[in-house]
Amino acid sequence: MNIDSIKNGIVIDHIEAGKGMEIYNLLKLDTLGCSVAIIKNASSNKMGKKDIIKVDAKIDLDMDILGFVSPSATVDIIRDGVLIEKKKITLPEKLVNVIYCKNPRCISSTEQELPHIFNLTNKESREYRCIYCETKGE
Amino acid sequence: MRSVIDIKDLSKEEIAELVSISEDIISNPQKYAHKCDGKKLATLFFEPSTRTRLSFEAAMYELGGNVLSMSDSASSSASKGESVADTAKVISCYADIIAMRHPKEGAPMVASMNSTVPVINAGDGGHNHPTQTLTDLLTIHREKGRFDNLTVGLCGDLKFGRTVHSLISALTRYEGIKFVLISPEELKVPSYVKNTIKENGLEYKQTTDLMSVLPELDILYMTRVQRERFFNEEDYLRLKDSYVLTPEKLESAKIDLSIMHPLPRVNEISVAVDNDPRACYFRQALNGKYIRMALILKLLEVE
Ligand SMILES: [Zn+2]
Repeated sequence: MNIDSIKNGIVIDHIEAGKGMEIYNLLKLDTLGCSVAIIKNASSNKMGKKDIIKVDAKIDLDMDILGFVSPSATVDIIRDGVLIEKKKITLPEKLVNVIYCKNPRCISSTEQELPHIFNLTNKESREYRCIYCETKGE
Repeated sequence: MRSVIDIKDLSKEEIAELVSISEDIISNPQKYAHKCDGKKLATLFFEPSTRTRLSFEAAMYELGGNVLSMSDSASSSASKGESVADTAKVISCYADIIAMRHPKEGAPMVASMNSTVPVINAGDGGHNHPTQTLTDLLTIHREKGRFDNLTVGLCGDLKFGRTVHSLISALTRYEGIKFVLISPEELKVPSYVKNTIKENGLEYKQTTDLMSVLPELDILYMTRVQRERFFNEEDYLRLKDSYVLTPEKLESAKIDLSIMHPLPRVNEISVAVDNDPRACYFRQALNGKYIRMALILKLLEVE
């Protein structure tokens, strides 16, 4: 795989430096059969340093996970070597089973198969709270 | 079908409506005696709270309805096995409305997501207790005839007392409320509660000295100072008596002060205060039944 040119695939650009690996894991990119490249600490005019992930296949991305871990990221969709779409990431309003409530008194700590759901409660500080007990998500 | 899990689920207008229904029930109890004929309330208490449960049950009986109640042993065995979601699905086959108390925060919300009938949160751990806040609001309205332009003193454990946080948050919706927060240093109101007051453009004052602020209060909301909140016994013993209300202390208070307490009290209000017409904590307990009647009517959409 040529890192610079992808024929049909996705480039996740402008990832906050150091967050590339976390995104790789949360998006479960290790389960893909195609080539995947993680570039760490690439230089960026805007951000100083950034991480980049390139995936040599057209896959569906969970934009909520991406938005939660690094809202600065952008997603480029490449087809036949041409950039056909640039997606801007937004902070998701709701996270389902992305982060888990750590409050031992929360119903999510005991209830069988209850999804862990967090709502965005403050955009500026990127604060999420558990919908059941209102504990801040980490 | 809707549920009430958090006091924030209710708009200012809905609270005004519940208060006005309650006041109508108080004036015309006969008019409401058969409103819920043939309806059943299930009280699911996964931790004991006898007075809250009895208040809900009395409310349903006075509306002509019936009550399904689990015994304590049944609730404790259920809490070990069946999920809250399953319990809610099953109980909604039998009852028209559910009042649930549970030690886990958020359990009544999970019940409401799985129930086909309305769920009222009757307390989830130390998290929410919306019918207590509604009780407090009805009491303020009945004692004062209004919600605005009041100086409200809150005294005791203001750090861990969620009842107090929830009441403050509910009162910040009204104009001209001044909060006076009276507590030992160790038990001061958390900053997020003070931020809520500021964000709503209201004033507050913090003090450790009840006597210095007592004369300016329209309402004094007393809470328990619990022994387990202190690191050492000495601090507890030193502080607990400074927040005990006695007839002597009340001499400097306004003639139309309203003294409230969510009950049960331990010793923070001397029994000698009970005969003072300004003591309204037993009327407050009675109001708890009326506001629960109004809430049941509203959630069952009974006209
Ligand atoms: Zn939680």
